[in-house]
Amino acid sequence: MELNAKIPPGPLKDKWTYYKDHAKLVNPANRKKLDVIVVGTGLAGSSIASSLAEMGYHVTSFCFQDSARRAHSVAAQGGVNAAKNYKNDGDSTYRMFYDTIKGGDFRSREANVYRLAECSAQLIDQAVAQGVPFGREYGGYLNNRSFGGVQVSRTFYARGQTGQQLLLGAYQSLMRQVAAKTVSLFTRHEMLDVVLVDGKARGVIVRNLDTGEIERHTAHAVILASGGFGKIYYLSTLAMGCNASAIWRAHKKGAFMACPSWTQVHPTSLPQSGSYQSKLTLMSESLRNDGRIWVPLKPNESRKPNDIPEEERDYYLERRYPAFGNLAPRDISSRAAKERIDAGFGVGPQQNAVYLDFSKAIKEQGKPKIKEKYGNLFDMYHKITATDAYAEPMMISPAAHFSMGGLWVDYELMTTIPGLFALGEANFADHGANRLGANSLLQACVDGYFVAPYTVSNYLSGEIKEPRLEIDRQEFVDAEVAVRAHLSKLLSINGSKTADQYHKTLGKLLYDYCGLSRSKAGLLKAIGEIRELRKDFYENLKVSGDEDEMNGELEKAGRVSDYLEVAELMCQDALTREESCGAHFREEYQTPEGEALRNDEQFCFVSAWQYQGEDKEEILIPEPLTFENVELAVRSYK
Amino acid sequence: MKIYLKIWRQNDAGTPGKMVDYTLDNVIPHMSFLEMMDTLNEQLILAGDRPVEFDHDCREGICGQCGMMINGRAHGPVAHLTTCQLHMREFKDGDTIYIEPFRGKGFPIKRDLRVDRSAFDRIIMAGGFIAVNTGQAPEANGIPISHEDAESAFDSAACIGCGACVATCKNSSAALFTSAKVAHLAKLPQGEIESRKRVLAMVQQMDEEQFGHCTNTEACEVECPQSISVLNIARMNWEYALSSVTK
Repeated sequence: MELNAKIPPGPLKDKWTYYKDHAKLVNPANRKKLDVIVVGTGLAGSSIASSLAEMGYHVTSFCFQDSARRAHSVAAQGGVNAAKNYKNDGDSTYRMFYDTIKGGDFRSREANVYRLAECSAQLIDQAVAQGVPFGREYGGYLNNRSFGGVQVSRTFYARGQTGQQLLLGAYQSLMRQVAAKTVSLFTRHEMLDVVLVDGKARGVIVRNLDTGEIERHTAHAVILASGGFGKIYYLSTLAMGCNASAIWRAHKKGAFMACPSWTQVHPTSLPQSGSYQSKLTLMSESLRNDGRIWVPLKPNESRKPNDIPEEERDYYLERRYPAFGNLAPRDISSRAAKERIDAGFGVGPQQNAVYLDFSKAIKEQGKPKIKEKYGNLFDMYHKITATDAYAEPMMISPAAHFSMGGLWVDYELMTTIPGLFALGEANFADHGANRLGANSLLQACVDGYFVAPYTVSNYLSGEIKEPRLEIDRQEFVDAEVAVRAHLSKLLSINGSKTADQYHKTLGKLLYDYCGLSRSKAGLLKAIGEIRELRKDFYENLKVSGDEDEMNGELEKAGRVSDYLEVAELMCQDALTREESCGAHFREEYQTPEGEALRNDEQFCFVSAWQYQGEDKEEILIPEPLTFENVELAVRSYK
Repeated sequence: MKIYLKIWRQNDAGTPGKMVDYTLDNVIPHMSFLEMMDTLNEQLILAGDRPVEFDHDCREGICGQCGMMINGRAHGPVAHLTTCQLHMREFKDGDTIYIEPFRGKGFPIKRDLRVDRSAFDRIIMAGGFIAVNTGQAPEANGIPISHEDAESAFDSAACIGCGACVATCKNSSAALFTSAKVAHLAKLPQGEIESRKRVLAMVQQMDEEQFGHCTNTEACEVECPQSISVLNIARMNWEYALSSVTK
């Protein structure tokens, strides 16, 4: 099978315009006859649900949280990029496109990335119109800050709560449509399967998490905006409920997964303090604008950070990457931190952290200015660690954060199942092998507000004659039976280990062998151990309670059962990519200075994986990447 | 540390609940409060008992999903913190901790510590938005907004919708939650146009949801994790009075 990304013809800068001019439309009278299911109410889910509802389609929207406003987009801190060039510092759509392609280590599609940059300016307009209180200059105009991996200031922000404010804008738009009865919103509902009829996505099976009831819902198209699955590492910056279940179950129904092993490990998270720990809190990358990262020059240093004189500190990012310094991209910064920590220079009680120091910025700009920029982050740091970061450096450490990989989608954001779309972090599309800071909020919003409204309509134009389906059709009955069987199986094992115990073991395996650095031997070992763990899971899992009631443990067990399968594919994906690119660092492929060594001749493609059935090896189908507008360069931030 | 827990257990809204005693032997001061709850649940599951249901998700104080009354205070003994950000170092060896759900007429109990806060969503549905369609908004810098106004709007918009204000208030009033949205949108020129209609609709919905009136005890501000100011309530009352007169 050959993958067709459906890139429109014409020069790069005209492709999206060409698409919009030629996309098929559905007339307003017909839109009322068409239903769309949206799974997830984060930025991508809320924005597409409200956009489609405003157009006149009927939308059914699901989220597992108790309110749509709580989806994990809410936690993004630092900002959102847009090529507005308000700072007049040389920014442009092309430069943003180039930064993103380069940041992704030349492993994403030119046309997709250009579209992302092109729509970025519109997003800021949209958010401001919704009442998002972005930071402003004293003259009343919008302000910007810098983020990692670029040399211009193009990041818009609402203090350290940009994700929350953007999400509230999208959530409010969604609730406006719920009030208008154009969206039926089901909170505390989790998607457990997608239903195909005649090869097309026509509905979902969901579980009401408050009552345990299983429900069937039909539509003419299904959109998955279910976010990323970095929580597979157990300790991560993600919310406890973030999962791969929606996309994984779609994968098992025929949607290809692309580059699942490409996980961004964020350089500035709080370090782990003990085995009881449930999550790692992120400190926004924007802190690196004013904070300097260092470790002591002496290994196993025992002095307090403020007692270590300037000449005995190693500002290793400034040393290794003088052009970008503390603003080097995330993959590079995380790896550099790991290198120092592994070499014995780590700080903190577990020697697993590095310092992020604001003393110079405070000296130069004054404490009030720093407080205005990052006040809530310093407060958060104090709440968690009981340490005053105005007085001594923060301690930070790398943590699993963002899934660049996800469901393979074409230019229209449609998966390999007709009528099944994937938006936001749930898809693999724009970020390549490494995402630049402040591009995730952007991608989720651009997919939902500006891209999918056109592409979903284009698809629906061919479905006008399809009637609404009855939910007692055989396809829905079969899907529900399978879902119930899986839940009963999890409950019936009645062993001696909790879902969390399996999740923690799996997470540790992935951090060790499929995290910041990978090797053939390690990945092979991990695959063997994951298979053992999966077998053990179905023999010794313990879930209390019943199926037909609220049961948080059953939810967890279901998610972990999927993670145990996703993890194997991640390792398979990392094993077959015999090069280093972006977040994927294979120890066998590096330069003498320890930098990533890409292999464009053999690996300039997206790895799309096709499911073959339980316990069978998946088949790799490459989508070659062609670069007509940029030269494949060695990514240097020196 | 050894910690004694008294936790509210209730099967569903229709069944009476009660406080149940538990003891945890190996609590570490660095644990977060919810990690302590995880430890308890792990014990309960392995013993074949039903774990305590509680709401939580991001565990970094921003999603607003977690919330418990801890020793009678919303989100526990430290002011301006969510339950997930509370750490066991705030307690000492041998302490007894009382854990109850966020109570209020507008927040029916679902099970144990989980309550139904969908009333907040319905208040937003009533008018907590700017009626702009997606896709074709005007240039963002077209309307300059002073730095002070933008910052002030942000202060109101920072609400995370956790419901601590309701749980703390002796009247179970949702005035702080509702007023934060009213004020956020009224402070911005984009939102001002609809402000008259908005405040009337949101306040009416707030009343319909069985939340009590505000009697200015200001307890809500004391507990609010985002330190949302009661001045928002004053702003809402002013907007409401003005709208009632001019409608």
